[in-house]
Amino acid sequence: MMSKVVRSITRLITPAVLVFGLYVIMHGHVTSGGGFQGGAVFASAAALLLVAFGSDRIKHHMKIPDLTAISVSGAVLFIGLGFAGIATTFFYNLFVGSAVFGHVPAFGPAHEDIWTGGVIPLMNIGVALNVVASLAAVMVVMAITSEKTRDGE
Amino acid sequence: MVRKVVIGLTMVILGVMLFAVALMMRPFGEPPSLMDDYIIENTQQVTGANNAVSAVVFDWRGYDTLGEATVLFTAVTAVVMLLRKRKDEAPE
Repeated sequence: MMSKVVRSITRLITPAVLVFGLYVIMHGHVTSGGGFQGGAVFASAAALLLVAFGSDRIKHHMKIPDLTAISVSGAVLFIGLGFAGIATTFFYNLFVGSAVFGHVPAFGPAHEDIWTGGVIPLMNIGVALNVVASLAAVMVVMAITSEKTRDGE
Repeated sequence: MVRKVVIGLTMVILGVMLFAVALMMRPFGEPPSLMDDYIIENTQQVTGANNAVSAVVFDWRGYDTLGEATVLFTAVTAVVMLLRKRKDEAPE
């Protein structure tokens, strides 16, 4: 647990970090970024909370089994979308031209059309769930362990 | 003495190789293959994505992303397994 100043600043900027992470994830098929990058930004908010409030308080809100479940569901979503196009090939983009993210843009810059990309936005979400939960789980586990060894020995 | 000679010889060989590579380098902006031109021209029609980088990562080279996700997943599994709370450990 750090000082009141650090905790107040953390309270202020954590929502902004989360919103920016979500933006990077959800616009991964239009602007730069994607599931990995946005997931890392999102997980950095978890790191901020852990540093500011200490693992004693945070571990009741970010439980390892929950994080594992989120991570596994993201991985399953990603691999399932890869298998969904198995009728053509593995990782075939079967949603192009369909009702789900199906717009096909003309050649050239078209950043205002975000309903594009086929399976790519969905895969971004899957990878982001995987990355966020995995990094958060590692940080929580390491914080708990380091706190335990510091107090115990 | 032998050590110094070996180090000097290595440096000279390395320098000659780097110099040769620098001389053989392509002019700036000239791609070494036609693959990237193909991807830039066809990404929006084939994958529907405006971001060619995302399209490469998740569509053209989906296997690579699958491997990355698997590596991350395996690393996290190992860390959580190593640092888990054991059954014989006293509760806090």
